[in-house]
Amino acid sequence: MERPLTERIRPGETNWLADYQKAGGYEGLKAALKMTPREVQEVVKQSNLRGRGGAGFPTGLKWSFVPLGDDAPRPKYLIANGDEMEPGTFKDRLLLEGDPHQLIEGMIISAYAIQAEVGYIFLRWAYKKAEHVINKALAEAYQAGLLGKNILGSGFNFDLYLHTSAGRYICGEETALINSLEGKRANPRAKPPFPQTSGLFGKPSIVNNIETLCNVPHILHHGPDWYHSISHSVDGGTKIFGVSGKVKNPGLWELPLGVTLREVLEEKAGGMREGLKFKGLLPGGASTDFLTEQHLDIKLDYKGVEQAGSRLGTGTMIVLDDQTCVVGMVHNLEQFFAQESCGWCTPCRDGLPWTRNILWTIENGQGKMEDLEILEGMTKTLAPGNTFCALAPGAMEPLQSALKYFREDFERHIKEKRCPWRS
Amino acid sequence: MLTDKEIAEIEEHIKHYPRKQAAVIEALKVVQAHRGYVSDESVKDIADFLEMTPDEVDSVATFYNLIFRKPVGKHVILLCDSVSCWIMGYENVRDHLKKKLNIDLGQTTQDGEFTLLTIPCLGACDRAPAMMVDNDLHGNLTAEKIDEILEKYK
Repeated sequence: MERPLTERIRPGETNWLADYQKAGGYEGLKAALKMTPREVQEVVKQSNLRGRGGAGFPTGLKWSFVPLGDDAPRPKYLIANGDEMEPGTFKDRLLLEGDPHQLIEGMIISAYAIQAEVGYIFLRWAYKKAEHVINKALAEAYQAGLLGKNILGSGFNFDLYLHTSAGRYICGEETALINSLEGKRANPRAKPPFPQTSGLFGKPSIVNNIETLCNVPHILHHGPDWYHSISHSVDGGTKIFGVSGKVKNPGLWELPLGVTLREVLEEKAGGMREGLKFKGLLPGGASTDFLTEQHLDIKLDYKGVEQAGSRLGTGTMIVLDDQTCVVGMVHNLEQFFAQESCGWCTPCRDGLPWTRNILWTIENGQGKMEDLEILEGMTKTLAPGNTFCALAPGAMEPLQSALKYFREDFERHIKEKRCPWRS
Repeated sequence: MLTDKEIAEIEEHIKHYPRKQAAVIEALKVVQAHRGYVSDESVKDIADFLEMTPDEVDSVATFYNLIFRKPVGKHVILLCDSVSCWIMGYENVRDHLKKKLNIDLGQTTQDGEFTLLTIPCLGACDRAPAMMVDNDLHGNLTAEKIDEILEKYK
């Protein structure tokens, strides 16, 4: 079983409770309920599962900050982050539409590990099929005694609700998501306090990505050693990798962590379409740094991508070909970030539209060489630590790396006073 | 005035939260589902019902991309303008839609049938360019395909 997350999923179909249980579903939950919450946390720590939503924080460690015991504040909350709005990212949709009980089981186990009584699945508005699927699967789980009071006779109680958002990228940031769940504008919160001690409604809360939670049942069912054995890396497990852009075969593939970038791009995505050459890619969504030809043999795990100067991020790659304009592409990215900035802190609210406008000027042949210096400066002004949350620093990642690897393309726009890629 | 049906639906959502104000986004969506958009009067009605001020409700309503504070057409087209779709031909698709419907982005056709809006990444990047019409996702868009799709909604 080398593709634990996706091997049961058939295109366009959903595994309902009976299908899921027939394939070994909810065995991980049964195993977990025989352990103490701390023991479940320990198993997940040993597996070295790291967050699949972008930041890559070790999941077991994240859980360990939640107060346990009789004097812990209650209720505690577990939230699944299904606000998949990172441009170029489409992996959680597959898990949500195809195998809802894998997520639900992962959430019950994770809730047990932190002793949370209430859970929410925070789903983006646009995932209409997923909304329908999750609602039906939740009803099945309640009916089967897998949710609600005294789950499988264990004495553990957990209620799980679906919340569908009204659309805003910043909701993917965990403290903004928490504000959104409270019915507020989704502005991020200052940390500390961290959500693990004071999150949703001021109570201890954990926010985990959908793909992260979907790993949990398998780790509990088969153990951390097995989880390490299916990986080609010190990071445990598999990762859902995706490729979009002008490749022959765009799509998603669950592969061991530690496969090479070349393997995903050439063997799985089939390489570039006829007549096009590979120029670069964003390895894990819009807010990751470009990688180029020289990086094709790197290992796709957290450390491998970091050493190459980028981040694994969401693991869904956006490919740039030689006939697409990199200035236009980065302009498109910065337009997205400028629009989706929540406006809470000044560097992000003002810096991102400024960045976008300069890129638009360059793309339209009216840029000056000094503009490149302003852009360079912006990547430092909006660097981590200068803004309230990671949105603006993330927005600077594709820009700073584009200026590094494709500076010539920016300069050509300025010298030729036009976009050389537009006829 | 909120209708009995709207109130019943909002109350169903309130059950999921420890305080009723947390359900304000759902309340806005319930009203929008029934009326197409959220009017100033509806903002006041929701505020009364949830014991909030109208400004508090409106600050939430105007924050989220998919709460409409102005009337929209019978069908809403949400065209993805994010990076993968941009690479795969968003601009051509956008121009075709604008010409075909004879409106600009953010506008509604004269017959009130379609409103054309852009939306960040729809998570259909392997089927780019993509759009949603109401609740349906359509991918691998071309001019011909768009013409066929729009026919179905007329």
